[in-house]
Amino acid sequence: MAKVALGLRVPLRSVSQLIYRKGDAEMENKSIISLQNIAVSFDGDVVLKDLNLSIRDGEFVTLLGPSGCGKTTTLRVIGGFVTPDSGDVFFNGKRINDLPPHKRTVNTIFQKYALFPHLNVYENVAFGMRVHKRKESEIRDRVHEMLQMVNLSGFEKRKVDSLSGGQQQRVAIARALANHPKVLLLDEPLGALDLKLRKDMQVELKNIQQQTGITFIFVTHDQEEALSMSDTVVVMDKGQIQQIGSPQDIYNEPKNAFVADFIGESNIVDGIMHDNYLVEFAGRKFDCLDFGFEKMEPVDVVIRPEDIKVVPPLQGHISGEVTSVTFKGVHYEIIVDVDGFKWMIQSTEIQQPGDIIGMILDPDDIHIMKKSEYSGEMGDYSAFSDEIYEEVHQEEQEQTEVEGD
Amino acid sequence: MKSKTAAIPYVIWMLIFIVVPMALVVFFSFTDRSGQFTLENIANVGKYSTVFLRSIWLGALATAICLLLGYPLAYIISRAAGGRQSVMIMLVMLPMWMNFLLRTYAWMTLLENNGLINKALGLIGLGPFELINTQGAVVLGMVYNFLPFMILPIYSVMTKIDTRIIEAAQDLGANGRKVFSKVILPLSVPGIITGITMVFVPAVSTFIISKMLGGGANLLIGDLIDMQFLGNSYNPNLGSAISLVLMVLIMICMGIMNQFDDGENTGGMMI
Amino acid sequence: MKTVSKLYTGLIFLFLYAPIVVLMVFSFNDSKSRVVWNGFTFDWYRRLFEDKEILNALSNTLIIAVITAVCATVLGTAAAIGIRGMNKWMKRTVMNLTNLPMVNPEIVTGVSMLLLFVFLNDRIGILKPGMVTLIIAHITFSLPYVVLNVLPKLRQMDPHLYEAAQDLGCAPASAFFKVVLPEIMPGIVTGMIMAFTLSIDDFVISYFTSGTTQTLPIAIYSMTRKIVSPEINALSTLLFGAVMVLLIVINLRQIRDQRKQKLRRKGAVKA
Repeated sequence: MAKVALGLRVPLRSVSQLIYRKGDAEMENKSIISLQNIAVSFDGDVVLKDLNLSIRDGEFVTLLGPSGCGKTTTLRVIGGFVTPDSGDVFFNGKRINDLPPHKRTVNTIFQKYALFPHLNVYENVAFGMRVHKRKESEIRDRVHEMLQMVNLSGFEKRKVDSLSGGQQQRVAIARALANHPKVLLLDEPLGALDLKLRKDMQVELKNIQQQTGITFIFVTHDQEEALSMSDTVVVMDKGQIQQIGSPQDIYNEPKNAFVADFIGESNIVDGIMHDNYLVEFAGRKFDCLDFGFEKMEPVDVVIRPEDIKVVPPLQGHISGEVTSVTFKGVHYEIIVDVDGFKWMIQSTEIQQPGDIIGMILDPDDIHIMKKSEYSGEMGDYSAFSDEIYEEVHQEEQEQTEVEGD
Repeated sequence: MKSKTAAIPYVIWMLIFIVVPMALVVFFSFTDRSGQFTLENIANVGKYSTVFLRSIWLGALATAICLLLGYPLAYIISRAAGGRQSVMIMLVMLPMWMNFLLRTYAWMTLLENNGLINKALGLIGLGPFELINTQGAVVLGMVYNFLPFMILPIYSVMTKIDTRIIEAAQDLGANGRKVFSKVILPLSVPGIITGITMVFVPAVSTFIISKMLGGGANLLIGDLIDMQFLGNSYNPNLGSAISLVLMVLIMICMGIMNQFDDGENTGGMMI
Repeated sequence: MKTVSKLYTGLIFLFLYAPIVVLMVFSFNDSKSRVVWNGFTFDWYRRLFEDKEILNALSNTLIIAVITAVCATVLGTAAAIGIRGMNKWMKRTVMNLTNLPMVNPEIVTGVSMLLLFVFLNDRIGILKPGMVTLIIAHITFSLPYVVLNVLPKLRQMDPHLYEAAQDLGCAPASAFFKVVLPEIMPGIVTGMIMAFTLSIDDFVISYFTSGTTQTLPIAIYSMTRKIVSPEINALSTLLFGAVMVLLIVINLRQIRDQRKQKLRRKGAVKA
């Protein structure tokens, strides 16, 4: 992950906050979709609470979060499949709360594609245009154009059942884009594909978005996917937006322990802000780049495992005993016991369990976050909590699928 | 689609033509001809306890025979090769599609005193036997008519048993007999339960089979009900009471049966 | 298959088919005897087609079956769609209502409906037992079968299809007809065929709700009560033939359906 130059980081954060904060009237004029104070609940369960989001024309926005965080519901509010209990949806400045889905100029790529099994590839792609009673010649040209774009020329007569997952995915893209949508909504479109295919489709989707200039709103729980594809990432949890920003922003300057933990791996430790640019944690004071906290304010400190430099014991800021080493391909994942707390380090150099090592933390490796409801919840470092998270999600997802039935 | 309203006509229909009639059965059971409340009808059902016992006995006997005959066949079919399997299951279903009056009639002609069976036995110097108008003939008619109802649910459960489970059992050292008794039999219990209910309910409540094959002597509950509504001894109040008792009886039986089932009804329906 | 299995299977199928075969063979017998073969004839078939009562009963049966199939299919399909949109509690209640006539003994269902129709006829003067009550009764007992055939198709359907159609510009109603209906059509057709055949085949419930109207099974019943004529055998043979054709059609449909699903699954695996 390329890091933003040091001097730029602080201004970037404030700019992004400026742009995406709610209530900025001028900004909303430029936005193609704007959600204001959206609240949704199903059978008494709050799914979205007071959500504000503004999306600019031509942007690739990703809604990122664990299942049950409300990201899909947000998408369905925009698509018109969920009517918010309160709040307003604006499209190009016009309130569209009461506009039914078939009258909205947004199109959706559904989870598992939702291709019409009784129609062939050609008719699937032509479906929207037929509904809008376009001329046959126009339909033919558009379908061919679309199929060419997704590399499926020659597949017109094929039954959709006979296509592979990746091909079905392409048909779904062609079908949605054939309608000339202003905004394309993508609901975990790559979730059903295997890893290799998913990577290819990520690149392809990004290309299509740049070619067409259409606004993409992309829902995923895969942080890597979100970081590599998006102009803007919206991190959500518990029906609320946790952070909005560029991928670099989100990674380098997580706003709270949840974001830090969900995006990438991190060591999150308790700290105390002694002064501007001076934080205490792990039993000593460190220089840092953060300011604007109150004196002696308790904070969460995030240190990315790949930022920690390993040195001989006495040369480090802190030291600890290596408890386990796992080879991960690109690097070794080293777990270090520092005064009873486990730290994770990613390093290209191997260490032996039982070794005592020193660790150096430079000021730009240290990220300070305000305390939040997530403080202390996210474990010693993210690797373990990540695993737990995923298990919980899978269960949740299965549950919601059953309930959604 | 969140269009609950589409079911409204159906629900209304079922309320009028299923629930209200059931309520009428209850109502008639507890009233006399002038509409006054009475327990007499229910009390009178007791007079027919021999008929009830006979019905239950014959029904249970027929069910047991169906299980004994049907289970091995279901097992054999479920282990057969794919193409042969569907042909055999088709052959099991086919007779069900012939009207059961005709199927029963076929046995009538076979069992007659000078019917084909007695004639054939006569050729080898046996008989003639009194075959028709016996309890045996009634049970035979039940078994013949309802055997497919036993085979199909058991078969359908057996085919759903994952072959990997059987392979796992073999892998763990079970021989053919052990695989059957430790794996296949326990897993086919839901099918057996469904089969038993599907045979027992129509068998215990039949009135045609007993009429056609049992003569007048082997009266069953169904005949009794028939007589109260469309027969000589017109008495819908008593008829309702008998029907009510029959329903309760069957519900109790099914309740007991479901104790053996682990809740999920996997037997399912087949055409 | 081992010899024992083969033998066993053969015996069971002999038991199932021998009476039917005998019945059919004697429909071509040039004598009223049901034991001795006197030569080949189509005489009984000719007489059958001259029998006004039988022909009348046949036409009644077909009229009732067609109306039943259409009404039950429309009502039942709508019901299935509505049930899909219900919450758990409502769904369970409605499904219990659906299962009630399927677990209840036929005779009780028949008797209870008779009570309703007699009650309505006596008090309000509508629904005198006859053609209309027969149709109502038949719709009532076939409805659950339609519902239970359509529901799984709805469950198998990707819930997003309906939304996808709307997303592409279809109004909700047209999205239903363009996308949902073609998807659940196999279930609807199977349900309809079942309603049709159940209606043709039904005796017990018809017996109680028909008044003086004759349907084919009722006519068969009265024929078996009266002096026996090989006309019945001829009728059985014809009906059996008709049913076989229908069954083959259904089975071919199912095989096609299964192939389709297999293909779909293959597609998913490739993904």
